[in-house]
Amino acid sequence: MSRFKHGWWLLALAIFIAYPLVETNPAYTTIGIFTLIFMACATSWNMFSGYSGYVNLGSAVFYGSGAYTMALFANHLHMAGNGDLFWLVPLGGVVASIIAIPVGLVALRVRRHTFVVITIAIFFVFQLSAINFSFTGGTSGMQLPFIPWFITNYNVPFYYVALGIVVFAALLSAVVRRSRFGLQLLAIRDDEDRAAGLGVRVFAVKLTGFALSAFAVGMGGALYAMFIGQIYPQFVFDPIFDISIALMAIFGGLGTFIGPLLGALVLESTQQLLTLKYSNGSLYLIIFGGVFLIVILFMPQGVVVAIRDAWARRAARRDGRVTVGATVNPGATS
Amino acid sequence: MNGTALIHSIIDGILTGSVYALMATGLTLIFGVMNIINVAQGIFVILGAYLSYALSVHFGIDLFVGLAITIPTLFLVGIVVERVFLSRIKGPEKVVMSILVTYAISLVIEGILNMVFSVNYVELQAWYVDRSVRVFGYWLPYIYLLGFALAVVLLGALYFMLYRTRFGASVRASLADQTSAALVGINVKNVSTICFGIGIAVTAAGGMIYGATNAFNASSSYDLISRLLVIIVLGGMGSIGGALAAGVFMITVEDMVSVIWGPVWSSLTFFLILVIILSVRPQGIFGKLEARLA
Repeated sequence: MSRFKHGWWLLALAIFIAYPLVETNPAYTTIGIFTLIFMACATSWNMFSGYSGYVNLGSAVFYGSGAYTMALFANHLHMAGNGDLFWLVPLGGVVASIIAIPVGLVALRVRRHTFVVITIAIFFVFQLSAINFSFTGGTSGMQLPFIPWFITNYNVPFYYVALGIVVFAALLSAVVRRSRFGLQLLAIRDDEDRAAGLGVRVFAVKLTGFALSAFAVGMGGALYAMFIGQIYPQFVFDPIFDISIALMAIFGGLGTFIGPLLGALVLESTQQLLTLKYSNGSLYLIIFGGVFLIVILFMPQGVVVAIRDAWARRAARRDGRVTVGATVNPGATS
Repeated sequence: MNGTALIHSIIDGILTGSVYALMATGLTLIFGVMNIINVAQGIFVILGAYLSYALSVHFGIDLFVGLAITIPTLFLVGIVVERVFLSRIKGPEKVVMSILVTYAISLVIEGILNMVFSVNYVELQAWYVDRSVRVFGYWLPYIYLLGFALAVVLLGALYFMLYRTRFGASVRASLADQTSAALVGINVKNVSTICFGIGIAVTAAGGMIYGATNAFNASSSYDLISRLLVIIVLGGMGSIGGALAAGVFMITVEDMVSVIWGPVWSSLTFFLILVIILSVRPQGIFGKLEARLA
């Protein structure tokens, strides 16, 4: 069973690897890159917020930090516009994780509801700082070294690096989920006081999870900066990014492993396609908001769990047993 | 920078802060009674502003007279939104779910407003918007004074309703403890619906003043909601007096910083104050410890 399951993952990976070889139109490989970046970020976000229940609506802090790390280092080290810039991508992750520590020291002192609000406030501190300080280039943003690759192949290296970040984020999320540390995060979600009473060092666990989850988001931001070639504070520190990541994870299934991957894959590629075809942002807002309302009100545990429950009910009916109802998977944690 | 400018900024801060206090009171009332963080509050303020805009541009109705239409309209919108969407949210993750549901609602309204009114910035116009009056040697715009008066009247009405009526007693009981309130025979469900309606209705007044003092479009709601959230967290979530004090305090500080260091730093200080205060007092200035929020 387990080997069979891994087979499906390898198949999915093979499809993702084959995509830019089959689809060579740069407009569509660009969609692929953005989708992969969001898959990595949503998975990483879920690794902290989904497992611990502390919903972070300021993850753009990490994304923007990664993007500015890329821009600042590339400019100050006078790097040339070539593949060497990819070495700054993991550095973006490291910087984001380091920034997550003081942010977490402040934000994680409070309980969940206030945490949500304080992450929004910290997000604005970062966005406004990026706008106001001079070393970030202010509102005019920062330019990155021009990469003189040929247009038809420009996207391909970015795509595979983005895929690498997704694999990294997914593996990290899976490892954390199966570890003692992951169980401690889940215990905090279920009952923080009891977890503390049972000897979980809740603050240290939360802070570690928070910093770990910043890493892939920072890498995503760095790759985004390099790919776009020009960053502005309001686009890398974007409140829509904060909420999109959360929506994607919850759309797929909060706290599940596959949910955020699937949620980001579906929502981000749809958004990009709609923008490409209709370029009507307002219509997208209405559709996105409407779909999300329907999902959250009728499938509050996310699409993945809803499908799995429906599947289990069907299987049960076929076996001639009594319908097991919607409680097949009460915790939505696998 | 001189003393006069500083005193002027304090007066301005108190006048405009009272309007923020009004909008934040609606938000904190909703949280206190229903355990819902309504992140759509910002877009409702903008919706209120656009309603006043439509009434004044298309029908020539005065902004303050128009409130007689916009306040009941938004009250009804609030009732419908609560009944159709928010009353369905249940379970242990209710607060988190409420953030996401109200955010989705806010996206839908933002999209509709963009389509109807376009993304160009507009500002509400009336004779009192651009004129000032001299009070004790300071020039104060009429709209600030009128906004202050409106906020005081509405907050007074809200106070009267909460502390002098039977319905108010039910609301306060629901704020204190929902289970016990239900046990003594209060219909918490209806109280919640009406509270949500009231919480949204105040945004019609807040939105009108906001629209008359700022150029706005639908995406101004992000700036608004972040400020309102900061105010209610600082005041202690669910504390009405806290929201009032924090609203006036924060906007005054922001105006003072804007005079002392320049406007680009004022919003940054706003959020930094929150971060610093919460590091020292995680429950907010007026909040109780989070026993029931845990």
